[in-house]
Amino acid sequence: MKTKKRNKDALWAVLFLAPAVIGLCTFTLYPLLDSLFISFHQWDLFGDMKFIGFQNYVDFFQDATGRKVFINTVVFTLIAVPIQLVMAFFLAVALNQKIRGVRFFRGAYFMPAIASMVSVSIVWQWLFNTDFGMVNYVIELLGGAKLNWLTNPNLSLWTIIIVSCWKGLGYNMVIFLAGLQGIPATYYEAAELDGCTGLARLARITFPLLKPTTLYVSITCVINSMQVFDQVMIITGGGPARSSSVLVQYIYENAFDYYNMGYASALGWILAIFIFVLAAVQFRFMGSDDYSVE
Amino acid sequence: MGKKRKEFLVKLISVLVLTAGALVVLVPFIWMFSTSFKTLSDVFQYPPKFFGEIFYWQNYVNVFETIDFIGMFKNTLIVTVAVAAGQLVTSTMAGFAFTYLNFRGRDTIFKIFLFAVMVPFYVMLIPTFSLMRDLKLTNTLWSLILPCVVSPFGIFMMRQSYLSIPRSLGEAAAIDGCSPWKIFTRIYLPLSKPAMTTLVIFTFMSTWNDFIRPLIFLTSNKNMTLTLGLYNLVGSYATDWGLLMAAVIMSLLPILILYLCLQDFFVEGIAVTGLKG
Repeated sequence: MKTKKRNKDALWAVLFLAPAVIGLCTFTLYPLLDSLFISFHQWDLFGDMKFIGFQNYVDFFQDATGRKVFINTVVFTLIAVPIQLVMAFFLAVALNQKIRGVRFFRGAYFMPAIASMVSVSIVWQWLFNTDFGMVNYVIELLGGAKLNWLTNPNLSLWTIIIVSCWKGLGYNMVIFLAGLQGIPATYYEAAELDGCTGLARLARITFPLLKPTTLYVSITCVINSMQVFDQVMIITGGGPARSSSVLVQYIYENAFDYYNMGYASALGWILAIFIFVLAAVQFRFMGSDDYSVE
Repeated sequence: MGKKRKEFLVKLISVLVLTAGALVVLVPFIWMFSTSFKTLSDVFQYPPKFFGEIFYWQNYVNVFETIDFIGMFKNTLIVTVAVAAGQLVTSTMAGFAFTYLNFRGRDTIFKIFLFAVMVPFYVMLIPTFSLMRDLKLTNTLWSLILPCVVSPFGIFMMRQSYLSIPRSLGEAAAIDGCSPWKIFTRIYLPLSKPAMTTLVIFTFMSTWNDFIRPLIFLTSNKNMTLTLGLYNLVGSYATDWGLLMAAVIMSLLPILILYLCLQDFFVEGIAVTGLKG
């Protein structure tokens, strides 16, 4: 009887899962494996493929531009992620109090997250304009000198970082806020009875209990930052002299400007492996409880 | 008394800092709005003024004359609605199978979907492109719709929501002779309306704002979507900031209106996915 029901369920499962499984195989699993296959070849998208083993991966270590864009991507991630995390955390703590206008503040801080990166990048390009931009105007008001945000190779990556932090802040804040609201108020009340207030409360209760949220936010943030692309394409185009060029942009260029499909696929897999490792860390630390099928 | 005062002070400082921060966060939007109503000579005024000499709404008219904005808007809308509808169907069905049905290999298949959530699109760029080329679908809206109809993330989200529906509801219906299909449509779907709304909003946001797929798949003006149209507009009208800002505002309007109406769904949806991983 039990097996009969199971068999019947299996038939239904085929029906319910067919669209999802077909889609997954066609548009995720097949492309993923195919790109691994392509990465071992030389291919210009039109002609025949030539097997060259690990040559594309070897090339990456000897390619100065490849190294440059990889370092830029890592630097971008190492700066943008901590800034976003710290600001988002304190913003969430501030918004977790009983103050007026919480809804307004939350709505305002979250607004950059809903707009497309393309459109806000155009706006920021205007704000960062050297001669007429709002940013330089404020700097001059404060007594500084105008900066070449888009054309100074020492600044261009910072420009991208600022825009990315502005865009990502609200999103991360919302997740932190949800984490904070999950901490029972009784913990704080008990701590207060014991004379634990202010910063000590933050250090003894909030930080430890928010660890899973922090881990989740950091890893998603790193994964997203490693794939930075839209804002670079629009604001600086990776320039000047590749000073703000990033890995995904280089993948795109190799694929659709130079038709180096093999090399572009190898770069894609280097990115993917990086992300899989991070994801694995997340699964390990968060425990499998959240994902298990009961 | 001292404690009360300290608490008040903390709140006061918080509100001040929050207000200043909110202003900084909103300035780009405010400035975009102000620039969109300026003539070119007002745009290049320094020091900048919030209002130009005249209220120049002509920028908005010019957008329609410079690019096929209505066509792009229509294309983007078609793609977004199609992807959202597709994801809703595939995610709810698969989510139901992973929660209610008992079959061999369920956990393994689900884990493969979980893994797929992590796969970055950029690693699949070239195979997806050559697949679309072989299917003769490049430069059609299908190339933006088909690869996105199944979302591992959407399936994960729907399953998460179905886990909170008591199994006994479905089992009771099964005893009364209901098929799994009926249990799905009569019990699970009606009970998961908030999760479905969140899913639609997520999909709407990511599809409406998608840039890389239009960039690689679309070549002709006829099928252009908004993000790609804006990108091209920057290329050819790089200094006409009034025109650019007007175009940006119009492209943002639908999602902005949706956000203002459904703020809680946007925010809580993200919060839920964050908590559950």
